[in-house]
Amino acid sequence: MSDNNITNIMVAGIGGQGVMTAAEILSQTALAQGYDVKKTEVAGMSQRGGVVTSHVRFGNRILSPAIPPGETDILVGFEPAEALRWCEQLRPSGVAMVNTMRQEPPVVSLGLFDYPEDPVGDILKAGINVHAFDAGAISRELGNPKLVNTVMLGAISKYLPFSAEILKNEILDRFRTHKPKLVEINERAFEAGQAAEVANR
Amino acid sequence: MPECSGVKEVIKLNQVTAKPAAERRFMSGNEAVARGAWEAGCQVITAYPGTPATEILEYAGQYEDMYSEWSVNEKVSLEVAIGASLAGSRSLCAMKHVGLNVASDALMTQTLVGVKGGLVVAVADDVGLSSSQNEQDSRNWGRFANVPVLEPSDAQEAYQMVQHAFELSEQFDTPVILRLTTRICHVKAVVSPGERRENEVAGFEKDMAKYVMVPGNAKKRIPVMFERLEELRRHSEASELNYLHPGSDQRVGFITSGPTFLHVLESYPNAPALKLGLSHPLPMEKIRALSQQVERLVVVEEVDPLLETEIKAAGIEVSGKDILPRMGELAPHVLRPAIERLLGNAVPIETKVAPPVEPKVEAKTEKVPGDDLFPRPPTMCVACPHLGIYYCLSHIKNTYIAGDIGCYTLGAGHPWNALDTCICMGASMGVALGLDKGRSKDDDKKNIIAVIGDSTFLHMGMQGLLDITYNKGNVTVLLLDNRAVGMTGGQDGPSTGRSLQGEETLRVDFRKLVEALGVKPERIREVNPYELPTLFTALREETKANEPSVIITNQPCVLVDFYAPKPPLTVEEPDCNGCGNCLDLGCPAIYVTRRETEVKPNGKEKKLSFVQIDSAACTGCDLCPKTCAPDAIVPMQTAQQ
Repeated sequence: MSDNNITNIMVAGIGGQGVMTAAEILSQTALAQGYDVKKTEVAGMSQRGGVVTSHVRFGNRILSPAIPPGETDILVGFEPAEALRWCEQLRPSGVAMVNTMRQEPPVVSLGLFDYPEDPVGDILKAGINVHAFDAGAISRELGNPKLVNTVMLGAISKYLPFSAEILKNEILDRFRTHKPKLVEINERAFEAGQAAEVANR
Repeated sequence: MPECSGVKEVIKLNQVTAKPAAERRFMSGNEAVARGAWEAGCQVITAYPGTPATEILEYAGQYEDMYSEWSVNEKVSLEVAIGASLAGSRSLCAMKHVGLNVASDALMTQTLVGVKGGLVVAVADDVGLSSSQNEQDSRNWGRFANVPVLEPSDAQEAYQMVQHAFELSEQFDTPVILRLTTRICHVKAVVSPGERRENEVAGFEKDMAKYVMVPGNAKKRIPVMFERLEELRRHSEASELNYLHPGSDQRVGFITSGPTFLHVLESYPNAPALKLGLSHPLPMEKIRALSQQVERLVVVEEVDPLLETEIKAAGIEVSGKDILPRMGELAPHVLRPAIERLLGNAVPIETKVAPPVEPKVEAKTEKVPGDDLFPRPPTMCVACPHLGIYYCLSHIKNTYIAGDIGCYTLGAGHPWNALDTCICMGASMGVALGLDKGRSKDDDKKNIIAVIGDSTFLHMGMQGLLDITYNKGNVTVLLLDNRAVGMTGGQDGPSTGRSLQGEETLRVDFRKLVEALGVKPERIREVNPYELPTLFTALREETKANEPSVIITNQPCVLVDFYAPKPPLTVEEPDCNGCGNCLDLGCPAIYVTRRETEVKPNGKEKKLSFVQIDSAACTGCDLCPKTCAPDAIVPMQTAQQ
């Protein structure tokens, strides 16, 4: 995209949402396209409901594995408040793809902190190009809440420097080997994500 | 001077990307270390789990032609590796930074003994404290123990350097430290692996003068160690691991070690940068040569100013920690402003770097989106067996609670706030005894409780409990046996009854163990942590007893493969009175649907929180119904009828 043709993607969410899987799929796809790739896991005690982000960088040559602040091309937000937390990392030309399904942490349930009223609105106010939709609802309609990952990848697929088909095939290939029964539903989830991106701009 | 024979290739950036796709693998630094060790013909590899190094052994365990084990702690782990080395096998011991504190006793003398088969200590510093109780620089151990330190900057280098480390170890008859950081261990990058090279195990040969470190023998080994260090210093000057990345920009030259090399290259691609892969002993002549070539020299090292201090002592002018932080990563966004200021350039307004869990504290000149967002700290899992424990601990008064290292450390957070100390592995035992023996008159009636997990107890807690019983301490120990090393992802150990490879093996009987350590049988209780009334009773009775007591919990971690989830629960909303008692459990599956304020007849206000349960997350542990006076929490199936 910019800077020596390096693409910087930040996937953000909460432990257990599939952030690392999405980042891994993007990385493997880029790797298969011949790019140099680095993927970080700013995880900490990630399995414990904490904030999880993964930085995926690919291009001719990747040095530092962390995306410099303000140089993210695509922010994949698995949760709206988490997308808001990291949206400042986008470059002016960047795009935020946001799943609007909220997940309130215990500190909010306990009344210690407030959950923002309109996180997507706050991202918009910052002048960011954001596409927001309920990937959770789309997944449930398709019959499997675990499809959020594939829906989100479908939604960002047109912003990548390779074709959406390549990414879709990478995802489906993973299922073809291990869970062939899930190939078709993932294909539909990917396409639903593509449609949601178009419908929510 | 001997030359390294094993790894002929000069380790340079990006050589892997030019290779055909079939030879390019996407690996984390941890996987790369395991792979490199295996290829180098390593025969024995050991570890105790610890972030960020845990996965080294998990990957190593997949190679059937290499013995690998979870050891009970890092000291034992290193001792096993030492024994294997003396038997003639190449061996590697992996650990996190604080693990080397534990293992250092062995290292500090092994440096006198040397090795037979190559001996590598792979130690991972949690630079930036993603999951540790402190941040420390393991390179200090290289200087303290007079052993060489290798510092890779990414996965490919980690893969190559671990092989180099074995060569170096055997050539110079020394243990070698391979220093990793979180940014190497937990970053996946392209690695180009090769094949395993088998080594013949030479076998153990008695050599008391070298292997038996009594004063008479050790005295003779000390000069040998210093002579070795001098040889290594000469080697370091010639080593291909220490090379200059040339650059035309002469305003500033960089001395780099580990991942900082990549951060420097990213930030100042045209500046000359000395890449120190073998950073102890330092190649001072190479550094001096660069200092004469550039206007200023900056040392970029994470965490301590070790290279900087030595370079300054050699009379070379450098900047380092005077302009760069002494903690955390020196990533481009940290490096650039510091260097620009050094060059006398205006520094643009610093870009926001959102800390992942803490609310922002630094003053901001302009409003940034997401600035005042709630934090999302790590918390205990849905249905975690520790939830009931901390519910009880937060409801009993008059206690001091000494904590330990593990998931239960999260009990210091909301809503429990039920942990008073956390120092290091096993410290809950000794600290509790100290709180007992050192108590003030005002604390005469305080109950002292220690909380420790199964794996931590076996790691370093057992000796502390023995100290409590031997010294007649008045401490109640909560031994939370969840049959897993939970915090690092559920690894196996002597409390799980399974080996690293998943084979059945000894499962420690905690009741017998604590009895053998001197706790009276009537003061040992085994309880189900989901049974709140039993827990309360046990805690009340055992804290009342003026002698050591142990309460052992017996339900598994919810992340282990044999955890059996039950049908989810739900809240019959008309029955919920908004008391919020269930929220005190801290289960992430319980959420608030609405809040109200009730005004009582006496005019006082009471806040009400009406709740519901996330049925997709709930595993029906049946803990929360026990906190619900109006019995509003019921099985989902019952509710639907």
